[in-house]
Amino acid sequence: MRVVRWFLLPIVLIGVWWAASAGGRNFFLPTPPAVAKAFGPTWTWPTIRADVVPSVVRLLVGFAIAGVAGVLLGLAIGSSARLRAYTEPVLEFLRAVPPPVLVPVVMLFAGIDDTMKITVIGFGCVWPVLLNTIEGVRAVDPVLGEVCRAYRIGRLTRLRTLVLRGASPQIMTGLRQALAIAIILMVISEMFAASSGLGFTIVQFQRSYAIPEMWTGIILLGLLGVVLAGLFGLAERVVLRWYFGLRRSGRGAQ
Amino acid sequence: MRADWRPVAGALIALAVWEAVPRAGLVSSTDLPPVSSVFRVLVREAGTGEYWSAIGDTVWAWLLGLLIAAAAAIGLGFALALVPAVRAFTTSSVEFLRPIPSVALIPLAVIVYGTGLGSTLLLVVYAAFWQIYVQVLAGVADVDPVADETARSFRFGRWGRIRHVTWPSALPYVLTGVRLGAAVALILAVTAELVIGAPGLGQQIAVARSGTEPALVYALVFTTGVLGVLVNVGVRTGERRLLCWHASVRREVPV
Repeated sequence: MRVVRWFLLPIVLIGVWWAASAGGRNFFLPTPPAVAKAFGPTWTWPTIRADVVPSVVRLLVGFAIAGVAGVLLGLAIGSSARLRAYTEPVLEFLRAVPPPVLVPVVMLFAGIDDTMKITVIGFGCVWPVLLNTIEGVRAVDPVLGEVCRAYRIGRLTRLRTLVLRGASPQIMTGLRQALAIAIILMVISEMFAASSGLGFTIVQFQRSYAIPEMWTGIILLGLLGVVLAGLFGLAERVVLRWYFGLRRSGRGAQ
Repeated sequence: MRADWRPVAGALIALAVWEAVPRAGLVSSTDLPPVSSVFRVLVREAGTGEYWSAIGDTVWAWLLGLLIAAAAAIGLGFALALVPAVRAFTTSSVEFLRPIPSVALIPLAVIVYGTGLGSTLLLVVYAAFWQIYVQVLAGVADVDPVADETARSFRFGRWGRIRHVTWPSALPYVLTGVRLGAAVALILAVTAELVIGAPGLGQQIAVARSGTEPALVYALVFTTGVLGVLVNVGVRTGERRLLCWHASVRREVPV
């Protein structure tokens, strides 16, 4: 029964796609078998190594830089009311700038090589992490902070065991938003200016009217998004195990 | 209460740094023009019709896309709430379709709609829809069973229960979804204009980049930032206005 529930709608949707595209009436909509047949030859191991792997590496490097910078800055700004008061309007503004417009700006500095893409990804992803970390640090239970002080727990230990832990649900929320932005920026920076990469390749297919190949690119990009979101979900479950457990026991106690 | 001057000071410091860094030669002023010259360009642009019509195009695509996405998400979410049996069948498709990055649809949008408003709308609607839809589902599932059963025993019809029980209890979730969706919609609207060349601020930025005036690029980027702030503030104000009766917004009147 669960299997039926899980697969029925996807099968129906593919069936609708098949029916709509059958007979080749629509040039832009190839049939599912045509796309499936194009997938193997289009994404061979050499193409994956040349176009997909560099894209993913850039994405992960930019995301990691943004994560570390966002958490460190967030800890600093979140724990100081004075720093927060000074930086608030500037951060509000920088956050509101739609990240893709950074692509042409960063190109002025860094050309169109890997540095540009990593900078764009890092700069665009840092805001959700930073702002969520600030909120998380602010929301840490003040009583626990005083308990730490009363027990003369050192600054570093307090930072690690109380502040970082307490803020981690919010930090993970920020990282999840950042991951979605990272994928967008990776694709756009490659579509806008690049000579390799997943985004570049997909646009090439579109420009040369290689329609089934273009569809395989879209599907691959979708799979990448699904896989990254899935991996992030696993990591979140490990990092926030204490938090989910706490919530479950809280609900049980009521 | 004394006025807090520190946020103003912080903003002024940031502007001063932006002015000083290129003037001191730390970065070339063709890469980062000083803020004064960016503002001069901004003032000049504000006198042209092209600038304002680009803003109008972007805002229109954003608003229309957001409205379509919200209507679709709310309609579908509430329809599925009525038949929970059907909802179980949709979970797998939602879980798969939601993480697909909307920019993956760019080539498809170009081929089907060219460089017109349709391309922008396709991306905006796809991106904003999921943000709102997930919240609608959460909100519909969060209806207080006691309230629902009370309405049932007062012989409220199905429509009456949706109107007077489900809708108000789901509204905070729906508005959170709209707030998240509004921010994403603006990002995607500008993206579509930038990459595809649909009319709007993003397209102007792409054009300015290939020109010889870097200050214009910065002036337009600054404009998108202002637009982003206005969207955030506007949506948050609207949310507070619509939820004035809700416990999260309502404050006790001081005696």
